[in-house]
Amino acid sequence: MLKKRLIPVLLLKEGMLVRSERFTEHQVIGTPLHEVKRFNEWNVDELIYLDITRTGTYDLRRDDHGVQDMKDPLAILDAISATCFMPLTFGGRLTSVEQMRAVLSRGADKVTLNSQAVRTPALITEAARAFGSQAIVASIDVKDGHVFIDGGKTRTDHGAVAWAKQVEALGAGEILLQSIDRDGTAEGYDLELISAVAASVRIPVIACSGVGRYEDYPKGIAAGASAVAAANIWHFKEMADRGGKRAMKKAGVDVRVI
Amino acid sequence: MVKRITIVDYGVGNLRSVANAFAAVGAETQVCGTAAEIARAEALVLPGVGAFGEAMRRLHVRGLREALDERALGAKVPVLGLCLGMQLFATKSFEHGEHAGLGWIPGEVLPLERQHVGWNDVGAETFYFVHGFHFVPADPRHVVATADFDGPVTAIVQKDHIRGMQFHPEKSQRAGLALLKAFAC
Repeated sequence: MLKKRLIPVLLLKEGMLVRSERFTEHQVIGTPLHEVKRFNEWNVDELIYLDITRTGTYDLRRDDHGVQDMKDPLAILDAISATCFMPLTFGGRLTSVEQMRAVLSRGADKVTLNSQAVRTPALITEAARAFGSQAIVASIDVKDGHVFIDGGKTRTDHGAVAWAKQVEALGAGEILLQSIDRDGTAEGYDLELISAVAASVRIPVIACSGVGRYEDYPKGIAAGASAVAAANIWHFKEMADRGGKRAMKKAGVDVRVI
Repeated sequence: MVKRITIVDYGVGNLRSVANAFAAVGAETQVCGTAAEIARAEALVLPGVGAFGEAMRRLHVRGLREALDERALGAKVPVLGLCLGMQLFATKSFEHGEHAGLGWIPGEVLPLERQHVGWNDVGAETFYFVHGFHFVPADPRHVVATADFDGPVTAIVQKDHIRGMQFHPEKSQRAGLALLKAFAC
């Protein structure tokens, strides 16, 4: 049967790799090109890159960091996919099937949709028809039970569970579930949220936000997630993959051991 | 001796990932989409993501079918089919209708009860699968390995010099790269 997955989430902002706290504070921790080879060599299950640049600010030249073409997410993706031999998800600011096609043709296997899916729900269906449901991940950011968009800035009328059901019905193949209040806090997953969403859909739920210890991972799986993801812990701990997998295995989770 | 790998471009699927993976194990690849190029191939790779009927239609429209038959069955160069590329070896597929395949390995492509997406064990290794249909060869001896997903699912097929993998070795980390390297050497 299928393995439960452990996934690093890498956040890109204006061409730089950042860590995030509560969706508002973003600290630059390096360039994606310097880091990409290391991430790819970890032999992890899967990688998720999210471009959290605010729309319209990508014209910034990053000459001060000596990195060329960093204003172009597709150029970053080219560099990532050249040495990425695992499923690769790329998302952030995608608003059209044509943009998704460009991303998928550059070596990504899946795209995430978030704000634009709330604004234009039919985009999920259109994308699933064009590329298959397995390529469409609905990214859902939640605060106090409500779905937020625009990087956590805009509250919508959607409840988390209702929206999760809706994206499944629209054709999404997976849900990436983030908790805005847990982001960057290391307090552990919002297990209630994970459990409520996972119980209401049949598609896989990727739990994210709040991991502070490896032992948080199996708790996410126990709450119903098919995969557990995290961002910051991957940057600040050595052997983050092995440690995470060991904690999952110890708790009896069927993982792809590396 | 590393062979020069010809990756057949028939307009479906992500060729770049396959080419990148072969490059990572030191193989020389060329992506080609013409019968003339296929006719010179030393080793053929049929990648594939997408629908069976559309893939076969494109092989015919581009005039690649005959060149592939000649190279695979006549010259008997090593062939590797990946995912849909492997399913094309079948006699026919029931994906969205009924479509004739290349017929290189007798058998049928049938629907799974649900999509098989994720890492699954094949023997001692774990590989990445993404598919909703699976290849059931008529002769079980052509099935080299299976994965367990609501029952056995064909993972690797082989008939003489023709080999196929349902999973994506180019997306299966070191275990997958090792298989691509073995094919290239």
